[in-house]
Amino acid sequence: MSVLSPATRAEAARLLTFFEEAGALRVDCGILQPADILLDLYGEDIRARAYVTQDPSRGEQMLRPDFTVPVVQMHMSGGAEPARYTYAGEVFRRQEDHPERENEYLQVGYEVFDRADPEGADAEVFALFHTALAPLGLHAATGDIGILTAAVEGLDTSARRRAALMRHIWRPRRFRALLDRFAGRSPVPATRSALLRAKDALAGAGPIIGLRSRAEIEARIDALREDARTAPLSEAQVAALDAILAVRETCPFALEQLRDIAVDLPAISVALDKFARRIDALDKRGIDVDVLDFEASYGRTSMEYYDGFVFGFYADRRPDLPPVATGGRYDALTRRLGGGAEIPAVGGVIRPGQIETLGGLA
Amino acid sequence: MIVKLGVPSKGRLMEKTFDWFGERGVMLSRTGSDREYAGKVEGVEGVNLVLLSAGEIPRELAAGRLHLGVTGTDLIREKLVQWDQRVEELAPLGFGHADLIIAVPNCWVDVDCLDDLDAAAAAFREAHGHRMRIATKYHRLVREYLRAGGVADYRLVDSQGATEGTVKNLTAEAIADITSTGETLRANHLKILSDGPILRSQATLFRSRTARRTQEEREVLEKLIDRLEV
Repeated sequence: MSVLSPATRAEAARLLTFFEEAGALRVDCGILQPADILLDLYGEDIRARAYVTQDPSRGEQMLRPDFTVPVVQMHMSGGAEPARYTYAGEVFRRQEDHPERENEYLQVGYEVFDRADPEGADAEVFALFHTALAPLGLHAATGDIGILTAAVEGLDTSARRRAALMRHIWRPRRFRALLDRFAGRSPVPATRSALLRAKDALAGAGPIIGLRSRAEIEARIDALREDARTAPLSEAQVAALDAILAVRETCPFALEQLRDIAVDLPAISVALDKFARRIDALDKRGIDVDVLDFEASYGRTSMEYYDGFVFGFYADRRPDLPPVATGGRYDALTRRLGGGAEIPAVGGVIRPGQIETLGGLA
Repeated sequence: MIVKLGVPSKGRLMEKTFDWFGERGVMLSRTGSDREYAGKVEGVEGVNLVLLSAGEIPRELAAGRLHLGVTGTDLIREKLVQWDQRVEELAPLGFGHADLIIAVPNCWVDVDCLDDLDAAAAAFREAHGHRMRIATKYHRLVREYLRAGGVADYRLVDSQGATEGTVKNLTAEAIADITSTGETLRANHLKILSDGPILRSQATLFRSRTARRTQEEREVLEKLIDRLEV
């Protein structure tokens, strides 16, 4: 619907050159992408956020909602290593809940695939974006999903419970409900207790219909029985997890608070070492880390493929606008799309249209 | 020039709508042959009866081609983005009650609520290599509900009719559909999740917020609404 202005296109071209000068190889990808991979990654939710269309011979196609997935695919199918890529082009997003927002806009991206020094690469991407956007005087938000996943992996409970929490890290409400249940804070539903007491749970349940087999139903009942025998999560561990989620400080203080929490949850120490290295790397690249904000729960609701460092740049004077830039680390995505291979990866995108709205970089 | 009232063109929904208006002194009737979708309005001047499918009434109201329309709340909410900015609910009509629910096979004794459905979906995806399929024609409402409920690893598959049969026919593992008595569900060995319905729907009189209104049309509308006491 929206027509991209020449000024926005010129801005995109300038950013592209900026990233090329930083050593990135310029790449492009098709506007139409096969829908199956995106649907498999994001599930049904993506249908509400992207345009899906039907092709009788090729199956469902999607107007690209971002470049990251196709760029990762391209790299994983034979890119040189290490690699730095940049691209610019339109992305398409349905805006069911916000019809006033744009459904077609430009993104300029920079992605780094490099095994050598992940925290250095995090800092490289952030510092580049920081430099590119400096004239706008934006506010930067940072976080690290890796600290939260390390905390969940380190919980002293059954593997099933850890997996269930891990699966819902990006859905805070469900995560909280699970946490309450595993901590014994919410009551076991009556139907659940009755099921677990029953000698033959499937008696009187009628015929087994559908693809889900009797064995699968019985396996879940066994899992529920095992879960019922599992001791509740300790108050100390739940409190530690809550404390992590509440950390909201400038980087050095955030690290200090998290180190205190690690006394109760030592499993996060390795992730904190990475955080410390990233702070050093940012400092070396000239970022004033003493004023850089860090929020442990940042990126949990909107950035589902990021699994480590996450960042965003916002215009404080225009809270109504979406972020000007966002990015983060997505090692797990390269694993999912790599067919057995994987490589640490980090990157981000800038929206030139937002830069123009804010008055431009000139 | 003339106020357009949209009413479902077929069956009990049409008859009950005619009755509801009739009780309030506005006589609606079909004219011509049984097969011709034409109608007339007696009791108020300047109102034109438009008979059309209940499923098309939301779109026509939103586009402003109807001033008033009778349809189910389920259809309004499924088909209109930001429905409350496009139409105004004037009165529930007290019939056409139906709940939009999620149902799973009776034999899923381990699944009683959304929480269970989510856990079963995760295990199902691992065992079968694809997401648990939920058959429905209410894509937006169901997707929104499951997202708010934090359910993952499912996929909606479109089913425009005989949805209750999809589980047995192995084209879906669960369904989301409207039901009034639950009889068809039981006959197909399905049970409703205990969390309560996604939506309780009934036939409702809606007014378009977008329809063009001349002074004359405004007066006719006011007179009609007055008569209907809504």
